[in-house]
Amino acid sequence: MNREVVIKTDKLTKKFGDFIAASEITFEVFKGEIFGFLGANGAGKTTAMKMLIGISKPSYGKAQIAGFDVYKQTEQIKKNIGYMSQKFSLYEDLTIKENINLFGGIYGLSGKQIETKSNELIIKLNLYKEADKLVGSLPLGWKQKLAFSIAILHEPKIVFLDEPTGGVDPITRRQFWDMIYEAAHNGITVFVTTHYMDEAEYCDRVSIMVDGVIKALDSPAELKKQFNAISMDDVFLRLARGAQRGD
Amino acid sequence: MKAVELENIVKTYPTKKTTVTAVNDVSFSVEEGELFGLIGPDGAGKTSIFRILTTLLLADKGEAKVLGYNVVKDYKAIRDIVGYMPGRFSLYQDLTVEENLEFFATIFNTTIQENYNLVADIYKQLEPFKTRRAGKLSGGMKQKLALSCALIHKPKILFLDEPTTGVDPVSRREFWEMLKRLKAQGITILVSTPYMDEAKLCDRIALMQDGKIMTIDTPGNIVRQFGRNLFSVHSENMFTLLNDLRAFPQTESCFAFGENHHLTLTEESMAELEEYLLVRGHKNAAINKIEPGIEDCFMQLMKSPSQPFPNEMAF
Repeated sequence: MNREVVIKTDKLTKKFGDFIAASEITFEVFKGEIFGFLGANGAGKTTAMKMLIGISKPSYGKAQIAGFDVYKQTEQIKKNIGYMSQKFSLYEDLTIKENINLFGGIYGLSGKQIETKSNELIIKLNLYKEADKLVGSLPLGWKQKLAFSIAILHEPKIVFLDEPTGGVDPITRRQFWDMIYEAAHNGITVFVTTHYMDEAEYCDRVSIMVDGVIKALDSPAELKKQFNAISMDDVFLRLARGAQRGD
Repeated sequence: MKAVELENIVKTYPTKKTTVTAVNDVSFSVEEGELFGLIGPDGAGKTSIFRILTTLLLADKGEAKVLGYNVVKDYKAIRDIVGYMPGRFSLYQDLTVEENLEFFATIFNTTIQENYNLVADIYKQLEPFKTRRAGKLSGGMKQKLALSCALIHKPKILFLDEPTTGVDPVSRREFWEMLKRLKAQGITILVSTPYMDEAKLCDRIALMQDGKIMTIDTPGNIVRQFGRNLFSVHSENMFTLLNDLRAFPQTESCFAFGENHHLTLTEESMAELEEYLLVRGHKNAAINKIEPGIEDCFMQLMKSPSQPFPNEMAF
């Protein structure tokens, strides 16, 4: 089977002076895949992710995101990806509808498209009563589900999630993963970082970065076999224990 | 004497439109020398409880004591005997590592030398960077410095508010090893965490949600009170398996749990379940009875009808 490659990097590297934050990272991610991007604090995950989403210029190496070059086509990259992190997601002092309109507009959807999408989303998340309420008044779990839905509003090829489930209760965390599964099922590639090792098990494949280098990349089952480990937590500890740097 | 006692503590925060009840009639006590965990997500009320106990916040109602001292009347005495590590990094960013530690020692009328043995284990790892400004430290090192500063006056009780949030699994494990060593020296520790896997490292835990304690006991007893059989289910297509299991008529709850799904049933008809899965194309589905963990218990308790907002949202 020939799977469509949506992220392709070749020796992608970022240096800050003498410090090599990300060193010759080479990997591919396929369409509709849930790809877990793991690593200890300071391993270089954020640096690598910034290069992939087109907001940090690599020192050298190549990368294509949704078919666009990370040096020359950063604007096209931004139009074809969604992004959500625990720290930045939605505007708390705008209502749910206003947030949808704002982000729909930023992603270049037409007024009509935004209206259709907005209605769909409100029905899907069961937010009729809350649609005109400020996002700041919603419980954290709802905010995060809404943020994810808005990050994929423009049907991007890839959605980048930077520790999306921090701080939420275990049921909401699982509902969030239900949404991730569904998005992947609909062909959106999900690129996700997390500190919850059980979440690493939900990924089709995971990479583990240690000190700027990708030390392992495979399906969770293969990694466990390879490291003779009982869980992903175990795999992670074996790989990251030897790390030299903190963040 | 109890190390910590709370009786019917209520704390509300008025906002423009409504009043948020952060701590809703919470009572519990902690024994001296205990390692006690407050486990729950953001908004559970953990930080408010810590701030009330460390005399930084007044409760609306109820009474709280720390080593017999009242948090309102005897706040000065309490401040001398507790160490507090807030959830947000609160050291002086423009002081060096050593200056921060010296500063905290000085306000408590002591010196680094006097209590060095207490922090040595942790501070040793920071010493190579002692002239670096705190603001320039890595996340893991900031956490170690914050703990050193909370310990330097030899407190009787340590309050640690989410010390491992956002910290990778390796550093989290190291941090808990440090806590075990501090406990061995007789320090009472109250620690909060959103990570359920850390709960089992505590002597006793309170599982919290929306300002209330859902249960409070040893991790072992909480697991024993789960009260139903739990099964792990695995097959080749985990996504369709999850949906199929949820649609099974006898399913009570089904959640993704790492490499398996965890399932409870209203009626245990295993042959019927196996048949049901086979018909839906799950060949070689593995169903095993397993011991529940704290996270299973937490979710079970959350699903009880007292929940203030709906947990099940339609997707």
